Amino acid sequence: MTRKRRRLVLIGGGIGVLAVAVALMLNAFRDSIVFFNSPSDVAAKHIAPGTRIRLGGLVKAGSLVRGDDLKIRFDVTDGNREMAVAYQGMLPDLFREGQGVVAEGTLDASGTFDADTILAKHDETYMPKEVADALKKSGHWQDDYAQRAAMPVGGGGK
Amino acid sequence: MIAELGHYALMLALGLALIQGSMPIVGARNNDPVLMSIATPTALAQFAFVAMAFGALAICYVMSDFSVLNVYENSNSAMPLIYRLASVWGNHEGSMMLWVFILALFGALVAGFGNNLPARLKANALAVQAWIAAAFELFILTTSNPFLRITDAPFEGRDLNPVLQDPGLAFHPPLLYLGYVGFSIAFSFAIAALLEGRIDAAWARWVRPWVLGAWMCLTLGIAGGSYWAYYELGWGGFWFWDPVENASLMPWLAGTALLHSAAVMEKRGALKVWTILLAIFAFSLSLIGTFLVRSGVLTSVHAFAVDPRRGIFILAILVAFIGGALALYAWRAPLLKQGGLFAPISREGALVINNLFLTCACATVFVGTLYPLALEALTGEKISVGPPFFNLTFGPLFLPLLLTMPFGPLLGWKRGDLLGATQRLFAAAMLAAVAIAAGFALQHGGPVLAPFGVGLAIFVMAGALIDLAERTMFLRIPLGAASRRALGLPRSTWGSAFAHFGMGVTLMGIVAVTAWGSERIAALKPGGTVDIAHYRLTFDGLFNRSGPNYRDVVGHFTVRRSSGDLLGAMEPSRRTFPARNMATTEAALMTRGVSQLYLSLGDPNPDGSVPVRLYFKPQVLMIWLGALIMFIGGALSLSDRRLRVGAPRPTRARPALQAAE
Repeated sequence: MTRKRRRLVLIGGGIGVLAVAVALMLNAFRDSIVFFNSPSDVAAKHIAPGTRIRLGGLVKAGSLVRGDDLKIRFDVTDGNREMAVAYQGMLPDLFREGQGVVAEGTLDASGTFDADTILAKHDETYMPKEVADALKKSGHWQDDYAQRAAMPVGGGGK
Repeated sequence: MIAELGHYALMLALGLALIQGSMPIVGARNNDPVLMSIATPTALAQFAFVAMAFGALAICYVMSDFSVLNVYENSNSAMPLIYRLASVWGNHEGSMMLWVFILALFGALVAGFGNNLPARLKANALAVQAWIAAAFELFILTTSNPFLRITDAPFEGRDLNPVLQDPGLAFHPPLLYLGYVGFSIAFSFAIAALLEGRIDAAWARWVRPWVLGAWMCLTLGIAGGSYWAYYELGWGGFWFWDPVENASLMPWLAGTALLHSAAVMEKRGALKVWTILLAIFAFSLSLIGTFLVRSGVLTSVHAFAVDPRRGIFILAILVAFIGGALALYAWRAPLLKQGGLFAPISREGALVINNLFLTCACATVFVGTLYPLALEALTGEKISVGPPFFNLTFGPLFLPLLLTMPFGPLLGWKRGDLLGATQRLFAAAMLAAVAIAAGFALQHGGPVLAPFGVGLAIFVMAGALIDLAERTMFLRIPLGAASRRALGLPRSTWGSAFAHFGMGVTLMGIVAVTAWGSERIAALKPGGTVDIAHYRLTFDGLFNRSGPNYRDVVGHFTVRRSSGDLLGAMEPSRRTFPARNMATTEAALMTRGVSQLYLSLGDPNPDGSVPVRLYFKPQVLMIWLGALIMFIGGALSLSDRRLRVGAPRPTRARPALQAAE
């Protein structure tokens, strides 16, 4: 094999693998990205049932209902709109009414959000950044949170 | 007083770093041996002062001096000594101190042990090392000073974030930083070579031990972090594709590629320009990792405190070093003499394939990690890129890498015999086929891909063993002669076989736990039972227990085989830390061979039942065991005489053996 051909093989192979990598990424970006939405966003964007999203907001005080087999229901609110969330399983350590929460799952036909993941938090003063931004957007941000968010002691989700 | 001494020592270290970063370079340009020789003593002195500063901070923590703000915010006198000590780096300021401490340590090691280096290369490399140190020392002094005092010293500290109160904190960050910062040596040598405009195969021999050491620590650091997250976070996952994890994986991938391309450079003088670029990449990705984790752009348990000034400062360091290095590369790399080319089917060719797939896999992780940040900055749209993305991109790129891995060591340098290598791997392929068939026969309704994954893991492991068997002529000559050959093999050959074997072990663990792990969630009252795999757990009740700075509500569970044999007890707990009014879940683990039962408790329900989450994790320990084997492989290779002795070894003819890697 000549020097030139060897170099061509090398460069061709490199470009080939890179092209495959790019194709894989573009394909994955089409299917596997999850958008973050507040309850207002869900209403405004008319998100179709079955689309996987992250829903964030505050757990509405007094809305938490525990059923059998670790089934729970609660409402997520951004101050303007609220949304019912159903979940089965164990809640993260710092899940509380009135606190920020991020849930991942899909909307069902009746408009309830079926969460399969409730994101864990690791600090009592932690407010998920997405939730803080959503609250600011809906105009229900309170300085109390801002103060907490400005000086978190520890950190948040892993 | 001690805190002020530490603060002052750090300022002196910065001053020394500035001298170390300028004089030797001037000396190297003007061929002035006196100016060049300044590098060694200043590097040693800089390390001494950084060590003094770091030691001062550690003393403040051990003595619980709450008049120091940093200690007050992150420590508590009730904590056991090991946590008080580990809290030094359990916060932003202290962890940056650890960064600089390790950086200065590496600089001092190069200065102290680099006597066989050409004077000019050593002077330039230590100077570059000093720039990095100066940047981070300035960062600490201006934005993250750990030595600030409080006027009214509080009586008690605010305690360390409970999630961090774990033996893992004592090992995971230092190991990870040894890895991250270790790559700075490769970076400094790369920049030094570019400054000089000259590079040869010996460069690779000097750099390889540093890269290898960094890679070993990073491997163990990542594995340690993964195990820590697994048992601490209470949901039993070993890898989440979380940005902070990706931040440590990217330098590992680039570092692994660098390790292999440096081998080609050392042996064959090829891939020089590429190796330099990888050295720049490996450390740049370490810097990006530091930025992602420490700047607060990601909210995570690792982002200790958010202060925009810090983010911007680290970003400036990032841009200056990565941008500067790449600009220098673009300018000077064409000056470097190109190495020889080689046949595609050869050891070099196999290592190029390794490099291609590793760097492309690294690129997918890079895009998946940074795309959401870029998108949010540009459009405000918030997205999360999670496991599905990485399974669809990283997975397919790693598959061919693992498939070709056993071939590499069996191919000769210059011109390999692919057919011969395939024949020699026949036994491994047969074993893999048997494993795949057995997998299909034994599994009921598991994922179709799982047996193939097991087959691949067997292939990789058997391939590594065949490499050793071939070199020792195991079973073909008498056992005594074969074992003498085994002792005569270069340690680096053992090292690479170990490392490749370890990769197979890790893969096996990942496949098994992903495909055949099971989970049960139940609300139990005392006397209630829950079954999983072939085990039955009985809940006996809750009791209270108190620790030095926490209270536990412990659940007592009796574990039996389904047949009724008693196996022991598991005691998961809910741990409350009064100083922060915070609770954590302490999972209980029961190890059965390399598999584990994993049990965690939820908050008790009003009706008195307790939610429990129970997992059966088959072969889960193999994931971290594999990393440990990789680490041992690295250590074996590092102990190779060739790497310890800097001078080129006279090549002896070895009739029946290929030149060892």
